[in-house]
Amino acid sequence: MLEEPLVFARSNPGAVACRLPQCDVPESPVDSLIPPEQQRQSRLALPELYEWDVVRHYTRLSHQSYGVDVGIYPLGSCTMKYNPRINEDMARLPGLAEIHPAQPAQQLQGALRLMLELERALCAIGGMDAVTLQPPAGAQGEFTALACFRAFHRDRGQTQRTRIIVPDSSHGTNPASAARCGFTITQIASTAEGRTDLDALDRALGDDVAGFMLTNPNTLGLFESGVARICEMVHTAGGLVYCDGANMNALLGVARPGDMGFDAMHFNLHKTFSTPHGGGGPGAGPIGVKRHLEPYLPVPRIVEKPDGTLGLDEDRPKSIGRVHSFFGNFGVLVRGYAYILSHGPEGLAEVTRRAVLNANYMRHRLEGAYEIPHPGPCMHEFVLSADRQKAQGCKALDIAKRLIDLGLHPPSVYFPLIVSEAMMIEPTETETKRALDHLIEAFLQVARECEDTPDVVLHAPTQAIRSRLDEVRAAREMVLREEL
Amino acid sequence: MYPEDLKYTETHEWARVEGTEVTVGISSYAANELGDIVFVDLPEVGAAVAVGESMGSIESVKAVEELRAPVTGTVSAVNEGLADTPEVVNSDPYGEGWMVKITLSDASELAKLMDAAAYKATIESGS
Amino acid sequence: MAMLEALGLESVEELFSPIPTELRLAGPLAIPGPLSDIELTQHCRELAFQDLDGTRAPCFAGTGVYDHFVPSTVAHLAYRGEFATAYTAYQPELSQGMLAALFEFQTMVCELTAMDVSNSSVYDGGTALTEAAFVAAASTKRKRVLVASTVNPRYVECLRTGAGAVLDIDMAPAEGGVSSPDAVATALTADHAALIVQHPNYFGCLEDVRALTEAAHAAGALLAVSFDPVSLGLLEPPGAYGADIAVGEGGSMCGPMSLGGPGLGLFTCRKNLVRSLPGRVVGKTVDHDGRVGYVNTLQTREQHIRRDKATSNICTNQALCAVAAGVYMATMGPSGIRRVGELCLQKAHYAADRIGHLPGFDLAFDAPFFKEFVVRCPRPAAELIATVGASGTAIAGVDVSTTISDGGSYLAIAVTEKRTRAEIDALVRALATAAGVSPDA
Repeated sequence: MLEEPLVFARSNPGAVACRLPQCDVPESPVDSLIPPEQQRQSRLALPELYEWDVVRHYTRLSHQSYGVDVGIYPLGSCTMKYNPRINEDMARLPGLAEIHPAQPAQQLQGALRLMLELERALCAIGGMDAVTLQPPAGAQGEFTALACFRAFHRDRGQTQRTRIIVPDSSHGTNPASAARCGFTITQIASTAEGRTDLDALDRALGDDVAGFMLTNPNTLGLFESGVARICEMVHTAGGLVYCDGANMNALLGVARPGDMGFDAMHFNLHKTFSTPHGGGGPGAGPIGVKRHLEPYLPVPRIVEKPDGTLGLDEDRPKSIGRVHSFFGNFGVLVRGYAYILSHGPEGLAEVTRRAVLNANYMRHRLEGAYEIPHPGPCMHEFVLSADRQKAQGCKALDIAKRLIDLGLHPPSVYFPLIVSEAMMIEPTETETKRALDHLIEAFLQVARECEDTPDVVLHAPTQAIRSRLDEVRAAREMVLREEL
Repeated sequence: MYPEDLKYTETHEWARVEGTEVTVGISSYAANELGDIVFVDLPEVGAAVAVGESMGSIESVKAVEELRAPVTGTVSAVNEGLADTPEVVNSDPYGEGWMVKITLSDASELAKLMDAAAYKATIESGS
Repeated sequence: MAMLEALGLESVEELFSPIPTELRLAGPLAIPGPLSDIELTQHCRELAFQDLDGTRAPCFAGTGVYDHFVPSTVAHLAYRGEFATAYTAYQPELSQGMLAALFEFQTMVCELTAMDVSNSSVYDGGTALTEAAFVAAASTKRKRVLVASTVNPRYVECLRTGAGAVLDIDMAPAEGGVSSPDAVATALTADHAALIVQHPNYFGCLEDVRALTEAAHAAGALLAVSFDPVSLGLLEPPGAYGADIAVGEGGSMCGPMSLGGPGLGLFTCRKNLVRSLPGRVVGKTVDHDGRVGYVNTLQTREQHIRRDKATSNICTNQALCAVAAGVYMATMGPSGIRRVGELCLQKAHYAADRIGHLPGFDLAFDAPFFKEFVVRCPRPAAELIATVGASGTAIAGVDVSTTISDGGSYLAIAVTEKRTRAEIDALVRALATAAGVSPDA
């Protein structure tokens, strides 16, 4: 792989990569338009480049970046499935890309129709009554739903409901989003089988509880078989139940959170509905709610008028307000919509069947070589423990680094926090048996190496562009920008 | 490993008592468990602290632990040097790696702290 | 089939046994499809055709989203599959390219703003303001913020929703389209963590940011400003006038307007606030062999470690948009950014002069402006926008009458470097026709 210095090293004083037009209107001196003391005095040390240097620089950086387009990416909890190219083309249609959010509804009938149809499709998929597309990511979806919970309780005079319960296996965003809503958090332990401890939940419930947040299937890749009972318990105690929908790839067309008793849920379009993860974003985190929470959803709401045209309703006195400046990550919504339409009802169910089969097949093949702390079958992902390998001197992190040498992206490691030396594997449906077998062989090889030649594992990676990076130094020295 | 002249808490702080001044740090066990320490967040001098309450935090790359006050009192000094060299908490937890000095307000609280042998026992019992 | 055999199963359905039968879906999902690629394209084109888009009518709408020029390099490079289909760099050795691109982005944003630290993005301009309020509250240990009433009302709504459960939000009065430093100084109390302003503000006007910064600091509060990155080739950067936190919307550097999303939330601050920074930030380090490399750092601030004590709940951010903005800044260079600013400035003033001279139209405010201005109109702005749009002449602007709220009709018009004199002249004529006045006066 070619080394590539930072872009600043390619700078040539005077070089221009982009020519802008001459000014075609009568010009006034800048000083007459902007008071001199309001003008920039300092130098602007951006790089000065020729266009080919810009292209070569970023092309070379891209070669040092691993995406789903490069190979299998079994990062548990992230659903790194293939991102169909047609979705990209749809998002770039001028009528969907070159539109401004403040245009009147009459000029945006197509975009509004697309969003309304996506809302309806997500309602059907989740078993919910209403959907807002506004949250730009899953965590913002969680926040939005919890803000609706808060408003719901206040509306009923239940202002004392200030506590949210989460399992210890939950994503970190769950308690963080609850804290943003002003809630305090109670964390409850899971059972030895990796599921919600009903006794612990019962003890945690009370008339100060606003709600319970549950990921289903949970972060161990296991379906919470007692979910109906859980929802009933929380409802009886006057609370609401939230489904973290990060793992919806396990449920498409098979089961719906709405039917299980959940009051609200989020969808990650960048996971379940194949929109590219973008190296960390943008995503989209629409939420679905049951009827009783609909009045609190963010404004504006898209409404269909009697004549069939669409409008925007801002006049919703119970709404929590806005969770994004405009309509959310619309470009991501278009991609997710295209994915749902491409698949249709049977196609989505097949996605889930394949995802679950792939995960169980991998789990089965790795069972002998690694510890599997919880009994199966799993859903779309599963968690291994590298405890046995740790005893041989190689931790989950070392195994992950060794997989890099074998040309693969490692699984998630050290999550969920309740499994020691956790490795969380989510193969997704968009892999062939051949690709899975290749990944399995790599895991088995590394397990053998942990026994026979642990040094190979401990010193990995040696084949990537960099060996292990010194994260301690990064955190201590805090060099967060290049000095120019 | 656990100096005899110090007192210890269940949350792995140590306390050196000199008259009414109590110097506080974290045990070598806690420092090892955290791994390479990259940042220590300390209270301001003059702050009131209560026994068992958080008065700061200690961070490694991927973990954070609270620093809890072993006694009630007022912060009389903090180890400013840790801002630049947090690694001394790993290399010299009972010396250069001290964190806070507290002027204690209730000497009776000292009786609740563990001696080295009791602390060692709690660690070995895995609590 | 081979996989089922290996598992000793006859059908995939057996794997769903942990889901109680009564919770299983009995029939197919009630959703449309499947559509082939050809059918899907046809369907989406039909939807797209129902919108009045900026390729059919030049866009003069602004108030946070602008039709700026984005060079070809941006889409070709940032959207390469290696970047677009990656996720957060949990394994930095496999993501050095992405991390380097984000580190460059952070560096260039710091250069542009003259601030010490930039993170690698938050969602958008509105949610960035919420994050700014939380950082100010954490660092000052105060629980109120004072917001200038010239801040984009959509951003203020985001702030109210995003922070209202934890922080108190007060509004400071404005006069003549700008904040009055004296009135702000009076409104500030020892309880305020921050004064939050926007510059250029919602109406396009330049604020007296130096005086406002002094007022904030005199009250022991931080100054948080929402800026427009495209303005900073010309305007004094936030770091130079003493801002403690500077946030903004960078979506116009990344790609088309896309109905306002994905945008790019920019978040910068002074170095002493770095421990309160929200979201991901890339740091420089070395590998085991001493070679320079990059990692996500200071992660103990984040939700996956600190959970309910995290500085923010943000996880997924807008990383690809940050890469795109990096490509934009690298392509434009210092002269390009300045040139964009100059073209916006000149064209906006030409448009303001022409429209302001139409009978019945006046500039609403006297304050200096950059690329956007408000005109008082002789007919309801919504009607003018509808009429001018229906004629296909232009997306005429944004109706801001409800924000100004004095019973008058107000249209905010933004003019970017993409607008030509011919397009501006056509807008002037169309507005005159729609208002029933002579265009030649």
